[in-house]
Amino acid sequence: MTPPGSRAYKGEAAETRRLALLRVWIALTILLGLNYVIWRWWASVNWSAWWISVPLVLAETYSIVDLSLFGMTVWKSRQRGEPPAAPAGLGVDVFITTYNEPVGLVLDTARAARDITYPHRTWILDDGDRAELRAGAATLGVDYLTRGEEWAGKPRHAKAGNLNNALMQTTGEFILVLDADMVPYPHILDRTLGYFAQDERLALVQTPQYFNNVPDDDPLGSQAPLFYGPIQEGKDGWGASFFCGSNAVLRREALMELGILGYVSATEKAVVTGLKDARGILRRAARRAVTPAERAALVATHEAVGDALAAVGNGAPLGEVTFVLGERISELSRLAVAGDLAAIAADLDDLGIEDHGVTAASAAIVGSLATQELSPLNALDAVRATIDAIDVGRSGEAQALLPMATISVTEDMATSMRLHANGWRSVYHNEILVEGLAPEGLAAALTQRLRWAQGTVQVLLRENPLALKGLRPAQRLMYFSTMWSYLAGFATLVYLVAPVLFLTAGVLPVNSYAGPFFWRFLPFMVANQLLFLVASRGLPTWRGQQYTIALFPVWITACVTAAANVWGGRPLSFAVTPKDGTRSERRPLREIRWQIVTAVALVVAVVAGVLRLAVWGAEPVGTLVNIGWVCFDLVAMSVLVGAVRYRGYPGNEEEK
Amino acid sequence: MTQFRTDPVGEDIAVVRPDGRLNMVAAPELRDTVTRAVQSGRPRVVVDLSGVDFMDSSGLGALIASLKTARQAGGDLRLAGVGEQVALVLQLSNVDRILKPYANADDAFRN
Repeated sequence: MTPPGSRAYKGEAAETRRLALLRVWIALTILLGLNYVIWRWWASVNWSAWWISVPLVLAETYSIVDLSLFGMTVWKSRQRGEPPAAPAGLGVDVFITTYNEPVGLVLDTARAARDITYPHRTWILDDGDRAELRAGAATLGVDYLTRGEEWAGKPRHAKAGNLNNALMQTTGEFILVLDADMVPYPHILDRTLGYFAQDERLALVQTPQYFNNVPDDDPLGSQAPLFYGPIQEGKDGWGASFFCGSNAVLRREALMELGILGYVSATEKAVVTGLKDARGILRRAARRAVTPAERAALVATHEAVGDALAAVGNGAPLGEVTFVLGERISELSRLAVAGDLAAIAADLDDLGIEDHGVTAASAAIVGSLATQELSPLNALDAVRATIDAIDVGRSGEAQALLPMATISVTEDMATSMRLHANGWRSVYHNEILVEGLAPEGLAAALTQRLRWAQGTVQVLLRENPLALKGLRPAQRLMYFSTMWSYLAGFATLVYLVAPVLFLTAGVLPVNSYAGPFFWRFLPFMVANQLLFLVASRGLPTWRGQQYTIALFPVWITACVTAAANVWGGRPLSFAVTPKDGTRSERRPLREIRWQIVTAVALVVAVVAGVLRLAVWGAEPVGTLVNIGWVCFDLVAMSVLVGAVRYRGYPGNEEEK
Repeated sequence: MTQFRTDPVGEDIAVVRPDGRLNMVAAPELRDTVTRAVQSGRPRVVVDLSGVDFMDSSGLGALIASLKTARQAGGDLRLAGVGEQVALVLQLSNVDRILKPYANADDAFRN
């Protein structure tokens, strides 16, 4: 497939006309959808078989919500015109992130990156720390970075950590991020930097991800024309286009701001938690204290910690609160030392030793014995816990600042959501400026989809866009829309089970005569399919629809593992997507065993349905509808046949 | 936790050997240990500090209180085996003018 060199943009007037038609169609489709689903809830749930009827109507409701969010997205899917010219003199770093990709592939990308025409500095960020790659970089004349000593024993945070490590060692005002297998065109910066000059609160320009090793029929569904077309453009229209991890230019200042804000909130959280723990420890220790001096010190520290927490609660700055608390603990140390010295002086007086020079009245003597090292309060673990709590060094991390979000295995979406929440803007520039490599085997493709889905669900569970402070309502919905779409696996499961149950066991989840059902369902279904056609401007979207259905076990696995990770702390068993040279020779039937089971069940259901119809004279309309439904599912899932048989991109062999 | 060992020497000498930190938490036990030694008829007490790597003002207070206990019983308290940090605290508090440390426990009551 040749890359679409020219963009689909045909001028503002054409865009406006297209959008007007699209919006009429969106409104119509959503109205028909509501008409259908409301009737389903109101009048056609078969409550006697509620255990399948309710899941089915819930799945249908899910789909209507999904459709409405899609409609809202593409409502504003206007293409941008020519980009503004890039001003001269901007500082740009080009980052190529790699972990285990073949050295030759990384160097091909680095060579193309080096040859980008706009002046810049190219960096290979090698998380694999490979000598061969370091030497290759030197030969090409590009820079090379890997993690340093400070990362030993600390969380590495995968690609986000790799980028954060590089951000701390480079200085360019703008950063072009490229995956190891994403080869840029020379004019990529000329086409993207201009946006930043126009808007100083712009943090991100994302461009499409296009793969040049994918045949026209795209057996693995690698190209995402709908996402990198109308969906990102629509999100762009609502001020919420996403960062997709590669082929994007970012403003360093915006990332650093995220890093600083993140540091502040992480520190605040750590201090408040630490102080709350310390308060409990102090209370218990005071109860058990042996001597009055001990008890007095513990009670006084407990009180000081209580005051500090109250001050944080009242919005006092953390730096001030911790400083005041530190001062009060120092004062308590001096009091304890003064008490000891007074007792010593009294004892010496009693012994008749004159002029002994021991006195609590000398601030110098008291101070010298009440330093952080010598303080008698150090003997009290509870007080030490308090002092540790107000240590603001973030010692659990290799870097105090983590600009790229580390809450998810897909750092990109989490990062852009935080950027938007902090008032930064983004642009989606729909022009192919990079050619990448897609996975060439089904197993690798499935790993990749699983990782994206897991990452997205992680962000949903950790930083729900509906609750994150700072986002505008439309931005919340744009992020939520993508997350919502990854819940599709559960709905698909119901859509697959329901007709099988009907055809084999005669369980009917819909309680209606044929007429009212068709009258409401068919117009909606037709409008829905046409909406995809209109919204996608003729781009191929059928592969995407097929994979949405066929990969239902992947989507369900992603949701379950991400929830177990976020709520239960279980590892995701995260895998880097295999790239070039990892074509699987064996047919990866194991990967799709659930789909095979499902297909067998569907075929059995069709046979059962035909028998019931022909032999026992079952109700014909319901049976035919369900047979049609099952056939649709089978056609959708048939995409996996081509995927399993796929042996990689033939173009590669021709080149070699 | 700081451990205390008491070794009888001769007829009326006790050597108290704390091991660990001589701080606010350990101070009461040092006083108890010395008091017990004095009451058992050994008013001449050596506190061998060679096992003490840290002392604070509370530990020092316990030493002086113990000195008082020993003197009131007609005996004395002497220090031995003082490390760098303990010497610093003795000096900062001016107590080094009163209690002169001996190199080891055997020297403390040699005269």
